[in-house]
Amino acid sequence: MAVFGSLSERLTSALSSLRTKGKLSAADVDGTVREIRRALLEADVSLEVVKDFTGKIRERALADDVSKALNPAQQVVQIVNEELIAILGGETAQLTFAKTPPTVIMLAGLQGSGKTTFAGKLAKYLKGQGHTPVLVACDLQRPNAVTQLTIVAEQAGVEIFAPEPGNGKGNPVAVAKAGVKFAKQKLFDTVIIDTAGRLGVDEALMKEARAVRDATDPDEVLFVLDAMIGQDAVVTAKAFQDGVDFTGVVLTKLDGDARGGAALSVRGLTNRPIIFASTGESLDELEPFYPDRMASRILDLGDILTLIEQAQKNFTEEESEKVAEKLATDSFTLADFLDQLQQVRKMGSMKGMLGMLPGANKMKAQIDNFDEKEIDRTEAIIRSMTPAERTTPKLLNGSRRLRIAKGSGMTVTDVNALVTRFEAAAKMMKTVARGGTPNIPGMGPMPGARAKAKPVVKKGSKSGNPAKRAAENAAIASPPAVTGNAFGVGESAEAPSDKDMETMRRLLERGGL
Amino acid sequence: MAWGLGKAFTKLFSSARQIEAHDWDDLEDTLVQADFGPAVTDETLAAVHRVADASATLDTDDLRRILGEVLEERLAKFDPTLNLKSSTGQPAVVLVVGVNGVGKTTTIGKFAKFIATRGKRAIVGAADTFRAAAVDQLATWAERAGVDIVRPTVDGQDPAAVAYQTVERAIAEGHDVVIIDTAGRLHTKSGLMDELGKIKRVVEKIVPIAEVLLVLDATTGQNGLNQATAFLEHAGVTGLVLTKLDGSARGGFVFAVQEESTIPVKLVGQGEGIDDLTGFTPHVFVRQLLD
Repeated sequence: MAVFGSLSERLTSALSSLRTKGKLSAADVDGTVREIRRALLEADVSLEVVKDFTGKIRERALADDVSKALNPAQQVVQIVNEELIAILGGETAQLTFAKTPPTVIMLAGLQGSGKTTFAGKLAKYLKGQGHTPVLVACDLQRPNAVTQLTIVAEQAGVEIFAPEPGNGKGNPVAVAKAGVKFAKQKLFDTVIIDTAGRLGVDEALMKEARAVRDATDPDEVLFVLDAMIGQDAVVTAKAFQDGVDFTGVVLTKLDGDARGGAALSVRGLTNRPIIFASTGESLDELEPFYPDRMASRILDLGDILTLIEQAQKNFTEEESEKVAEKLATDSFTLADFLDQLQQVRKMGSMKGMLGMLPGANKMKAQIDNFDEKEIDRTEAIIRSMTPAERTTPKLLNGSRRLRIAKGSGMTVTDVNALVTRFEAAAKMMKTVARGGTPNIPGMGPMPGARAKAKPVVKKGSKSGNPAKRAAENAAIASPPAVTGNAFGVGESAEAPSDKDMETMRRLLERGGL
Repeated sequence: MAWGLGKAFTKLFSSARQIEAHDWDDLEDTLVQADFGPAVTDETLAAVHRVADASATLDTDDLRRILGEVLEERLAKFDPTLNLKSSTGQPAVVLVVGVNGVGKTTTIGKFAKFIATRGKRAIVGAADTFRAAAVDQLATWAERAGVDIVRPTVDGQDPAAVAYQTVERAIAEGHDVVIIDTAGRLHTKSGLMDELGKIKRVVEKIVPIAEVLLVLDATTGQNGLNQATAFLEHAGVTGLVLTKLDGSARGGFVFAVQEESTIPVKLVGQGEGIDDLTGFTPHVFVRQLLD
């Protein structure tokens, strides 16, 4: 499902550069909009649509009605998200069926966009819904297109109407007309007309497609578009809109890694709904196109938005700055750590929060193993300390530790582990807060991937963003877990891959918006 | 030329006049719309600026000339010569690969004709045993080009076997060039990509492969780069074929593809006729792009 992954990555990194506080300045907005523009262009969204889109973002970001509760970057995320949904948005479009059968569906598109394969998929899909479709072979141009459709029809288990052999022979308009008549006689309730692929600039072929349309008066004209198409999507979509005035769009080859900006382009330019997403070579690989899902897939941020909202509710800028300062000046204490833990708790379940992070599905095992109680236990230990002990952990001698263990219902080993962990973590955070690379002594053996996680904290808590720090704390606290102790990540849990860590890193930076 | 940036540049280059600030924006838009991609667009603009800023006066004709030079220079860094050396018992084997629907089979038909008109004997191997009727489609093209074809002996035969049989027959019958069609595959499907490696290995048991040509559809956007990278890795692509240049797409992504993958463009398809395939010449390509 990573079709739009790269687009969302780009958008996020564009947005993460917005770190200024307070109201958005015109310069901030221009810089970010430039990045968004670039990200969209690299995703093959048409320049026209990009200009329109970024124009709206700019206008809204500079307008006064943006929420004062959000920081600038968060505002932009929200605006981008809303505008994306506005373009792609709306209900899942449905095929229109004729009141009196047969329903006529005509397919049109460039050569190689996948019309014939889609014809087979659609036939099979409709058959599965209890319809009785018939395929009509009107691609009489491409060598053996008729043969291909015949085989596809057989695979889909549907009837085919192919009176002409093709390869340049026969009149597609006559075949289309006869096909509809055939369906009426034989009581097929849907007619799917496969036409020859044509270039948008080919006026003769476009005329022919128009003639097929006029002769059969289709209920739907579906424009089949390759998701890998570049800027030409504009010209092509417009040519087909002028040529055959399609009623819906089918996006094919979505199983590739194209960023699929075409989805935005074609919606933005023609305002025709995307009805189907075709995702593979097997005839079963056809899905309805869900605009809302696609929007959140584009940004990969749907849940991040929730996360931002929650973080925003629970952390105040002031608190964040206080902690950042403490970290930098070496005065971060167990008391502060307790505060942090409670902040995290306010955001809801740790599991739920981790689950919202992009890329989290890959770390599902670890998240499932996460023991919420661990935070309770850590809290209990710290709460059993006197205020003096919390600010000066050096005070903790053997008898104090025993008392704390008894008070919190834990063992001395647990207390020791927490103190060691805290000291190491505090030291590391201090280092990174000062901009250094943390060396983590006494943290026990760390799996390689964890070591790679260091860059995660590089920019560190200075950013003053709570969500980021919270996650950092989790990250810092988890290495001992791997050795069998802390946040419940079992020893057997697979270490996340570099890629996951990369995702996490981006996410954290994102959190640090 | 039918497929040039022509229309897009008409506004900009309609008549020689002094450059204005907005011309640079128009130029940028034009390049972006030709699928150059933001990075190559920026680089190209910077390169044009470097030359342009040195001259005191500058009109749109100068701008066009400088742009042409900049683009040509970028393309000329690669050698577009096809390697089709053959001797008796050692035909030049050309493997044609690409994603679905880019025009592989059509390209092979044209390429076979291209070779035949140059006085060499070609044979095509229908190793696309996956897509419905692909073999028949290739057979039609082979007939038009007047070349022989080797078909799979059974439906859905292993493509590597078809390729092997084609080469065997080429050696036996003394063909100069063997062109092998493969099924379209998305570059993200690792299983299918590995199949290409197998075809290559099997063929190379008899003769080394002369060229692995990756067919790229000019309407493709920035994904072309991903395609080239993946096919280079799995199939050892040695040359690119740019198809469908007769449409409105301009294929500007080849600049990035050539440079990032270091694979040169070797052939260009620009029409549906069997003779619409030509060798790639940077000078001609750029002229058509700008005219």
